[in-house]
Amino acid sequence: MAYHRSVLDLIGNTPLVEVSELSPNPEARILLKLEGQNPGGSVKDRVALAMVEEAEKEGRLEKGATLIEPSSGNTGIGLAMVARVKGYKLNVVLPASVSPERRQALEVWGASIIESPGPEGSNGAVRLAERLHAENPEWVFLYQYANRANPRAHYEGTGPEIWRDCPEVTHFVAGLGTSGTLVGAGRFLKERNPKIQVWAVEPPAGENVDGLRSLDDGYIPPIFTELGGPEILDRKTIANPRDSIVWTRKLADVGIFAGISTGAAMAGAIRCAESVPSGVIVAISADGGWKYLSTGAWTDEIDVVVERAKRIIYF
Amino acid sequence: MTVEVRLPTVLRPHAGGATTVSAEGTTIGEVIESLVGRYPGMSGQVLTPEGSLHRFVNVYVNDDDVRYLDQLDTKVADGDTVSILPAVAGG
Repeated sequence: MAYHRSVLDLIGNTPLVEVSELSPNPEARILLKLEGQNPGGSVKDRVALAMVEEAEKEGRLEKGATLIEPSSGNTGIGLAMVARVKGYKLNVVLPASVSPERRQALEVWGASIIESPGPEGSNGAVRLAERLHAENPEWVFLYQYANRANPRAHYEGTGPEIWRDCPEVTHFVAGLGTSGTLVGAGRFLKERNPKIQVWAVEPPAGENVDGLRSLDDGYIPPIFTELGGPEILDRKTIANPRDSIVWTRKLADVGIFAGISTGAAMAGAIRCAESVPSGVIVAISADGGWKYLSTGAWTDEIDVVVERAKRIIYF
Repeated sequence: MTVEVRLPTVLRPHAGGATTVSAEGTTIGEVIESLVGRYPGMSGQVLTPEGSLHRFVNVYVNDDDVRYLDQLDTKVADGDTVSILPAVAGG
């Protein structure tokens, strides 16, 4: 049969593409897994589908149920697509500081957007979603930061796909948001080959999240702590907005049109390539570039873009 | 060794509003000791009463999180940049 029954069947099985021409080390190959090829446009389609199917299995989702989820964008977009196909309603708590295309994409699939204060970043979105869920207990809160179906989607999908397509992998590099990708795929890869090193890359978001009253307002996703995240990670580095933009642009030189967090992951992969004698580095490209066109990331003067990028959430 | 320490918004009031300050030490532990010695208001924010890093604080030496290096024993060199950031979510 040469066709798929549902768009949801297209989630996963994303391609790996070599970008070693950008590697500073001729003995260190770099491959990107293009999660932007998922039908909702990001790696979060995997998580959205896994969380909804798990909730259906548990009987938590009745016909026509309403979901609520805090998201800086991609999880919300993936959930909006899945919810629309399956007939659920979705409220997404979205920080005001995301790129406008993220908001537009949510509207495509009919999600309702509840704005949380931009300066509080994703932490503020989580807090507001918790409050709204308490006020509306009939809403189903899948809560990606604590939902084990999130890392499981990567343990059963992303990780095995990488192992199938590139068993030579020595280093796995991915962005740190909910930690689902790193904890799930990272664990799977380490179980297959304990020598594989797992590197997390994060944006220096805390620098610009001015809404925190004290460090006690900080947030660590429960799945990271509960599923042994600190043991799975070998290294955690920050990719600053300038490096993220520079590498997003360099990827376009080899034809890859990816989001700004892919530039950040690539900056991490480059640092990794510089620090090893040889290796095969697989990095995750979380989404495509479409949702970031309004940031001028590829076309505007770099200093202007970097300043702008400091004020938007791109993870 | 003298290093530059970049402070998050929530810690700046303890340093008279400065975004970066300099501190001395050969390890991250010594750098933080020098920092809280000068700005005592930071002590309860950065370290636990037992002297380990507060769980919602991430400390980086030149963009590398010290929790995945040698924690408070991570070495610093003259001219390194140390960044203190709150743990935040993404996704």
